[in-house]
Amino acid sequence: MSPQTIPLASLAHARAGDKGDTSIIMIAPYQAEDFTQLREVLSPEALAVHFGTDVSTVSVNWAPNLIAGSIVLRGVLTGGVTRSHTVDPHGKTLSAHLLAMQLAWQ
Amino acid sequence: MTTENTYRIGAGSGFAGDRYEPAEILAKHAALDALVFECLAERTIALAHHDAQSGKSEGYDRRILRRLRGTLPHTLPRNAVTLTNAGAANPSAGARAVKALATELGHADTTIAAVSNDDVLQRLDLKNSRILGTDESLADLGDRLISANAYLGIAGILDALDAGAGVVVTGRVGDASLFLAPIAHHFGWDRTNLDLMAEGTLVGHLLECSGQLTGGYFADGNAKKVPGLSTLGFPYADVETSGAATLGKVAGTGGLLDRRTTLEQLLYEIDDPACYLTPDVALDLSNVSITETGPDTVRVSGARPTGVPETLKVSIGVRDGYLAVAEISYAGPGSLQRAQMAFDIVAERWRDLYGHPADELQCDFIGHNSARPWWNPSQDPAEVRTRISLRTFDHRKALTLGEEVESLYTNGPAGGGGAAVNIKETIGIVSTLIPREAVTPKVEIF
Repeated sequence: MSPQTIPLASLAHARAGDKGDTSIIMIAPYQAEDFTQLREVLSPEALAVHFGTDVSTVSVNWAPNLIAGSIVLRGVLTGGVTRSHTVDPHGKTLSAHLLAMQLAWQ
Repeated sequence: MTTENTYRIGAGSGFAGDRYEPAEILAKHAALDALVFECLAERTIALAHHDAQSGKSEGYDRRILRRLRGTLPHTLPRNAVTLTNAGAANPSAGARAVKALATELGHADTTIAAVSNDDVLQRLDLKNSRILGTDESLADLGDRLISANAYLGIAGILDALDAGAGVVVTGRVGDASLFLAPIAHHFGWDRTNLDLMAEGTLVGHLLECSGQLTGGYFADGNAKKVPGLSTLGFPYADVETSGAATLGKVAGTGGLLDRRTTLEQLLYEIDDPACYLTPDVALDLSNVSITETGPDTVRVSGARPTGVPETLKVSIGVRDGYLAVAEISYAGPGSLQRAQMAFDIVAERWRDLYGHPADELQCDFIGHNSARPWWNPSQDPAEVRTRISLRTFDHRKALTLGEEVESLYTNGPAGGGGAAVNIKETIGIVSTLIPREAVTPKVEIF
């Protein structure tokens, strides 16, 4: 079957939090059977492009027994909640930005 | 339902600005054994120090008195304990105020305890304390340093509970420690039994943000529907002697508690699910089991210890000057273009008229991409609010930014409206580490 392009929001749910200047976004598929493919498409490289950041600052820590993972984006909060100029110093809105990712899905 | 073998602990607030009535509903209807108010975000304590130093407050969060006025009449008669970190920069003053409140409510005999000594500012070796994530030392911060508070574990709270405290008021402690302490005290858990410390910490971690476990910060209105967010019920846990716990909320309150809400909170702000550090125990959350056992009822267990951290995290408050934010709105066709013109005019005057570097001004377009500046939406937005911000130690500069944006009314692009300025003094937070043995909690009884 050829891949179709679909938004991550149709497959998974997410919650964003912060620690200093690092954004931490929890991600989990709605259906357990999507977990394996989700791990492949949510590569640090693809996430770095989507968040406009360098791949060296992105890591994903998967927890297979939870069928979920933590996406870690270092240095994306322009200094963090106490330093940032921006409208969303905590990066709370970044979970929705993550879910706007368009995926090539089999 | 609590049984003889379970201990019911509720979450009364998840941050200093949380709603008031959910805790009262818990206290009144949930037959609690303990109620915890988490009120201290990373920078709240530095703000409290700052306010206390400038004479604006006594250094604790006075909102705790309004919270307790609603709950103590229900918790004290059933000997349920209350724990809160609302003591912030001055737990003793907080505890004295709670003592006065309890007396006013007819419970003058209630023991109130303050747990302090988290303030390590005088004990830190500034030159040799490295700021985490940098090559700088605390000494480099000079007179900008406001406060330094170590995250304490459960030891001081256990002593307070041993002394018969009905209310324990702390400063900085690990958020989960506020929950672990009464659970461990009730069951007589030994602090060296790390399996139990890990399970109790899991309960605290899940409860510490209150409504975020029961459907808050979750709903999207589509795939994730949550009923009754206007009457969101806060969670409680029925903890068993093994440390396993069943999570619930009061029947009839709004919200949702299921596997998904629990999973989202389990990994909330956890960068590595296999390594979550707290003052009491380092734990692995990656094998926790989450089982729905009924409507709005979830059973959790399976946090595993990986050790005890040798150092404690210290949160440092730093004077960070002023943040000035000035905004003006544009609507209709070409609004983004006019919003950009507005910024360009201010930046040009900033450089040419005042001789300031224009790149110190940050510009965001609200309604276009302000929450994700790297993103370039293609469509023309229906309306845009130009938001220009500046960090500075010079208050006059902050005022000038406001004046410049306001004067765009008559000197800037067409149709600019709703100019507004906000200038606030800001406090930054950095972290360092301190050896665990350098910090001994102090307990005062009132």
